[in-house]
Amino acid sequence: MKILVLLSQVPDTTARIAFTNDNTQYDASGVIFIVNPYDEWYALVRALELKEATGAGSVTTLTVGGADTDATIRKGLAIGADEAVRVDAQPTDAMQVAQQIAAYAKDKGFDLILAGKETIDHNGGQVGAMVAELLDLPYVPLASKLDVAGTAATVERDVPGGVEVLEVALPLVIGASKGMAEQRIPNMRGIMAARTKPLNVVPAAASEDVAKTVKFELPPAKGAVKMIPAEDAGQLIQLLHSEAKVI
Amino acid sequence: MSTIVFIDTRGEKIPKAAQEAVTFASQLGGNVTAVTFGDGQALESLGAQGASKVIVARGVKVVEGQQLTKLVCDIAQKENANTIVCVNDATGKAVAPRVAARLKAGHVAGVTAMPEGGLFRRNVFSGKARAFVEVSSAVKVLSLSPNSIPVAKGDGTATVEDYSGDLGTARITVKEVRKAGSGIPLPEAERVVSAGRGLKGPENWAGVEELADILNAATACSRPVADMHWRPHHEHVGQTGVAIRPNLYIAIGISGAIQHLAGVNQSKVICVINNDPEAPFFKAADYGIVGDAFEVLPKLIEAAKKLNDER
Repeated sequence: MKILVLLSQVPDTTARIAFTNDNTQYDASGVIFIVNPYDEWYALVRALELKEATGAGSVTTLTVGGADTDATIRKGLAIGADEAVRVDAQPTDAMQVAQQIAAYAKDKGFDLILAGKETIDHNGGQVGAMVAELLDLPYVPLASKLDVAGTAATVERDVPGGVEVLEVALPLVIGASKGMAEQRIPNMRGIMAARTKPLNVVPAAASEDVAKTVKFELPPAKGAVKMIPAEDAGQLIQLLHSEAKVI
Repeated sequence: MSTIVFIDTRGEKIPKAAQEAVTFASQLGGNVTAVTFGDGQALESLGAQGASKVIVARGVKVVEGQQLTKLVCDIAQKENANTIVCVNDATGKAVAPRVAARLKAGHVAGVTAMPEGGLFRRNVFSGKARAFVEVSSAVKVLSLSPNSIPVAKGDGTATVEDYSGDLGTARITVKEVRKAGSGIPLPEAERVVSAGRGLKGPENWAGVEELADILNAATACSRPVADMHWRPHHEHVGQTGVAIRPNLYIAIGISGAIQHLAGVNQSKVICVINNDPEAPFFKAADYGIVGDAFEVLPKLIEAAKKLNDER
């Protein structure tokens, strides 16, 4: 089975969020970048498990970004991907990224394309679905379980109030969420091997700019917390009713 | 100006998120056509939120992204729509980005307010910041976050039509649906009672469930609790779990790590109950109680019962 895993680079989960250039750009100074957790923990690890289960096939990672993403890409190789591809373009919008990915993947015959359900910086959750549409493939968002038998995949998808069990023929695109796999920490052998695994840089394809983030802002600061003594805890319910008016 | 709203109305009641999306569409101005699928009831009532017409593809029973994309694009073309509104939920995520890719339209995922100066506001960095997005394509696709705007209650009635076009063969089959209890789905809950490691073990959740039940709230938990399998994964709220924005969030025995806050900081009112006065969550809270969860919870339950009895 030939699997493609989409890896995004994002600021570390504890990174300070600030903006520069008149609030038009994320301030990356001093920020540590990581592989988007959904891409790494769930999509990549599940891809590796599926390959290991059959003992055949390959896992390729694909990242759209500049040379500054190479260290992040090597992390994916250290965890166990066979090879990595970087499309040499600065990501600006989900559509542009999806068009780059689709242009690369369209003739490669991947059986499965796995991505995290969203990135933890832009939280859009759009790229997987857009790639699927551009390649005319089915797409399952919020997938918490994935199994493949022959040419059919069984996927569990989180829906309001429960879980749906789906059957879909390969090839397809998956948006992986929590539950699909357990995080793997790369070992020394993996880290050493990653240094010599192929990281192919391909030129950007044509793409369209249809949406653009023009500015950022931080949410308004919270007012002071109102403390209630533990022995009068019931008073909280009264305040939520009469003051905050939420119950 | 013509707007299409794609909503999931399966089941007996039209979900609040669907009513919000129709309200949003009609407040943008112009004619509003709602598009839906499955066995929805009382669809004409969407007129109250401003829809003039509802088109329903009764033959599609499940969320099959490709069929639904075809449905939305077909109607958008017939109605000459320049805006397509979806809900940013499990159904919308399977359809909205596909529609955008098909129409080469800019998509704003998770819009949280009416546009200002042509810019659409959305949350980024898991709620730690907001972004303002400009869409330059002729057609716009906007996915509205649940709980973002109040539902309009007018007295209009929409006409309801069955969709008769050909949507092709379904490539996704639903084999089974497993309900996760009768509880309120987390992403659309208006009130949420959540608990963390401070509860010491899964056997101690009865109080949390009882309080949630009395307040008509959904239950949630922190990441360690889900990882230890004290509670199901779908209850995990936070940066790597579900992000929620209820009117009321009560956190019991959760210290408030930055990753947890990222998933809940959009809540309108946050109450924190923790025995550690230094817990970082208090800094993000509106109301706080320093105390033992096992002493505080019974008092909250008693007061909430009393309030319910008085109403």
